[in-house]
Amino acid sequence: MKTHLRIGYIPLIDATPILVAADHGFAEAEGLAIDLVREVSWSNVRDKLNLGLFDASHMLAPLPVASSLGIGHVKVPLIVPFTLALNGNAITVSPSLYNELAAAADGNVADPHVSARALHRVVADRRARGAPVLNFGMTFPFSNHNYQLRFWMAAGGVDPDEDVRLVVLPPPYMVESLTSGHVDCFCVGAPWNSVAVDNGVGHILHFGRDIVRRMSEKVLAVRENWANDNPETLSALIRALAKAAAFAEDPANLAAVCENVGLRIGADAEVVSRTLKGVLKTTTQGETRSSDEYILLERGQANRPDRAHAAWMYADMVRWRQAPLTAELGSIADNVFRPELYDRALGHAPATAVTDPPDRIGAFAGPDFVPADFAGYLESWRTRPPGRPRLTVVR
Amino acid sequence: MNGAQERKAFVRGSRYRGTAAEIVSVAETRKGPEPGSPPQGGPRDASLKIVIVDESPIRAAILEDGLREAGFVQVERITETRNLLARIYALDPDVILIDLENPSRDELEQMFQVSRIVKRPVAMFVDQSDAASIQASVDAGVSAYIVGNLQKDRIKTILDLCISRFNAFSRLQSELDEAKGALEERKIIDRAKGVLMKAKGLTEEQAYSLLRKTAMNENKKIADIAQSVLTAAELFK
Repeated sequence: MKTHLRIGYIPLIDATPILVAADHGFAEAEGLAIDLVREVSWSNVRDKLNLGLFDASHMLAPLPVASSLGIGHVKVPLIVPFTLALNGNAITVSPSLYNELAAAADGNVADPHVSARALHRVVADRRARGAPVLNFGMTFPFSNHNYQLRFWMAAGGVDPDEDVRLVVLPPPYMVESLTSGHVDCFCVGAPWNSVAVDNGVGHILHFGRDIVRRMSEKVLAVRENWANDNPETLSALIRALAKAAAFAEDPANLAAVCENVGLRIGADAEVVSRTLKGVLKTTTQGETRSSDEYILLERGQANRPDRAHAAWMYADMVRWRQAPLTAELGSIADNVFRPELYDRALGHAPATAVTDPPDRIGAFAGPDFVPADFAGYLESWRTRPPGRPRLTVVR
Repeated sequence: MNGAQERKAFVRGSRYRGTAAEIVSVAETRKGPEPGSPPQGGPRDASLKIVIVDESPIRAAILEDGLREAGFVQVERITETRNLLARIYALDPDVILIDLENPSRDELEQMFQVSRIVKRPVAMFVDQSDAASIQASVDAGVSAYIVGNLQKDRIKTILDLCISRFNAFSRLQSELDEAKGALEERKIIDRAKGVLMKAKGLTEEQAYSLLRKTAMNENKKIADIAQSVLTAAELFK
């Protein structure tokens, strides 16, 4: 007798561990039959998981935190027993914004410190000229795409709520919006950055890991009640996903995985392959850049939920006024990511601890993140640069 | 019974009180408000501006008709979702209804955020106490948002109507699909009869009864047997 599980997903490459578990026999080997349900919006995924129409779901890492806190929507306690991917986003700009940034840069624009300062000058310059405000696309209010864009521009002195406009766009509309000029820049996951480059309408300016080196990007989310009622099924699912993630990241399986994932998400197998290998074409002229930290499906203990990441996301929510700062909310947020459930399923705790980066996050600017010193961290952003006083315009 | 039918639906200012399923039939049998009766929801609600975001123009039209019949005169439809928020801000609605197959739903979630482009606070219709409402609307494939400080009970009528129209639409859709399927089967059976008549020198009636007998013996649908005949005939060509 197989246990049937309905799992929702959005067609993105970081759903790979779920897709591979369902399609390459890993779920079956654990006595599970996964019914995959492809969804069109994160709001739908959240609502259907909350209502019990899904047993588990592919989800933006900050979304189960928001749902457990009851911000943005109905409060439903969700937990994260498995991380599907670390990193995987990129910031892509239109060729014209790229040129503006390069002209305003005081160094190599590939350095996020330099590009953020350049953005600040571009914004000031545009304001002085009476040019339209720049628009930035991201995928959801509770997403790393939102937080990474904000973190980056704020480090250069740009106020994301005052100086530019951030707009939510469904990932499949990103490239079209960049083409039409509706947005000048976006932060999104794979494959959409590569699609923009292939279409000749965007330059990949930064990989997500340039902004934050190690961050839970997509997670498996389940209702806390469901996890309590189905501990064996949950453990079986975690094992199936862990094996699938390792299988997917093994270069020997790349071709088979890319073909299957490509079919499931409606992308070229070749684009999936570029992403999983971390070798991306970044400019329309065909320049490429590679990073073994572009996306991690299993390497570097990617799958073990990291409480520090949930705390970081709550800090983002507070910093950008999505949530108030209270001890109660802090402790709820702290209890969303559950490494102990992951360890239980695998039957052991990890042999070594993650020490690189030292705070297991590695933001490109600001002090190391100390989850226990939340208030201090937030204070550091109020008092140290995000760039006040404003830089003068350099031409 | 699903959540939509189970749920006790309450229609403010109306004689109708019953399950959502009953309300559906009310919506179907009634052609506009009865003479002399106030529109559902009361006169002050007629001033509510409602925006429907739906990529299916037919369903949007059905919903708009329903809302107008119920006395809501300010109803706008958006079928083109590019630059959705700007369109919505330009229309400045009190209530937004969006279909769940629409990826742009995530854009609406942004209205809850602190941002300088937000003109006024937005709250979602559903909250902790409304699990049944969310269930019913998700089942039907629609979600509702209210803008500003509108009392929740004031849009209960709208949501109920919306749910019933969406359900009615998907029923129509599946009836249409069934009808299409039946027509398709009819054609297949006719062609198989033709093959049998020619190959075995049967009359049309004999050919049909052969198909039916075989279907009964093999415990299959006549259309399936007919399809097998056509496939076999193709192979023997």
